[in-house]
Amino acid sequence: MSGVRLLVGTRKGGFVLSSDGKRKKWKVSGPHFAGWEIYHLKGSPADPDRIYGSQSSGWFGQVTQRSNDGGETWEAVGNEFPYDGVPGTHQWYDGTAHPWEFKRVWHLEPSLDDPDTVYAGIEDAALFRSKDGGRSWQEVSGLRKHGSGPHWSPGAGGMCLHTIIQDAANPKRMFVAISAAGAFRTDDGGATWQPINRGLRSQHIPDPAAEVGHCVHRIAQHRARPNTLFMQKHWDVMRSDDGGDNWREVSGNLPTDFGFPIDVHAHEPETIYVVPIKSDSEHFPPEGKLRVYRSRSGGDEWEPLTRGLPQTDCYVNVLRDAMTVDTLDPCGIYFGTTGGQVYGSADGGDSWTAIVHDLPAVLSVEVQTLA
Amino acid sequence: MIRVVLPFHLRNLARVGDEVEIEVSGPPTLQAVLDALEAEYPVLRGTIRGHNGGRRRPFLRFFACEQDLSHEPTDTPLPEPVVRGVEPFLIVGATAGG
Repeated sequence: MSGVRLLVGTRKGGFVLSSDGKRKKWKVSGPHFAGWEIYHLKGSPADPDRIYGSQSSGWFGQVTQRSNDGGETWEAVGNEFPYDGVPGTHQWYDGTAHPWEFKRVWHLEPSLDDPDTVYAGIEDAALFRSKDGGRSWQEVSGLRKHGSGPHWSPGAGGMCLHTIIQDAANPKRMFVAISAAGAFRTDDGGATWQPINRGLRSQHIPDPAAEVGHCVHRIAQHRARPNTLFMQKHWDVMRSDDGGDNWREVSGNLPTDFGFPIDVHAHEPETIYVVPIKSDSEHFPPEGKLRVYRSRSGGDEWEPLTRGLPQTDCYVNVLRDAMTVDTLDPCGIYFGTTGGQVYGSADGGDSWTAIVHDLPAVLSVEVQTLA
Repeated sequence: MIRVVLPFHLRNLARVGDEVEIEVSGPPTLQAVLDALEAEYPVLRGTIRGHNGGRRRPFLRFFACEQDLSHEPTDTPLPEPVVRGVEPFLIVGATAGG
């Protein structure tokens, strides 16, 4: 019997929500690591029992967790993320030079084919890799050292590397995104990187079309179309069909093109989802109506999905790592809010139900589709 | 044996109770007790101070015998009642709230 397992990171712990393939009844487990910020939990595609977690605290720093039994039990693994060499400086908010300092792990991306290999996107922005199940971490330093690193500057949430996409068709190719530096690609397994931000325009930076400096919030890719990327930028929803070499705006008729998450339907590579947010100053849905917008044409034409979602007085946000899709048919879509709700749709977004109402603020939601 | 009291979240992380007892080899200094604590409970590495004996994390303080040891040099000997196990060495997290 197929099933799904949602891995939910919140401000005050991690939760595991489980259901069978019908996705009607849910079992809630948690809080795991109660009282800690759980930035991200993600399972290995190669072994669903292997889950990695980023546990963080302003008092106690970073802890990295690992489960070998699908989230039943956990063990702390390596929490040392040493930059390669002398890290130097990047730009601070005021344009002055600021030393590179490790703060936390924002995102963990397990390898597609090896449960012991996992990537970590950290703040201050860098990419790390572990090949021993998270016990030790080494920087993939070609990214930070490719040349533009000293010019990167943080977004309001910190200078985080938040998106890591492994290309299933080409193991040498990987995409990452950094707030507020932009998107980058490697074609040689991480040795060298190039910015891929041509076509992005950001009015809040001195050169709106700069090579780096764009506040990319999230990138999504469908595995069957590895050269097509969808991006939710600070403002603007963007699309590339050449592996990020060029981008074009596909915001179309969205009520606002500010937002954080973006995701792609598991079986329809041109069906994408965003959650429009009013503005960068008002991080809540326009008109107090929580609406997921779906495009079945890869952007430009969007439809609001509202059935089951609050349409009055709703002022939550949906953060960049807090939306995910399962691979069942029909495709399931899930997202968590800063108000502590996790909503799920078992019909591609046509209708929604609140799986849980009252968790702490949700930082991340990932789903595992279980055989 | 030196008695060490950890903050709530570090007790949970290390899976220990209200106090732990630490054997310190050599002169019982601030650094020696932290080194011994981390050797006994490796999961605490990086959570009280930086890795490899680094600086105290800013939201943590060290107290013993009603003295604030947070800003003392790391080679400062611990108070004699702590060394004898009469008084605990306290690692305290900043109070959060408001």
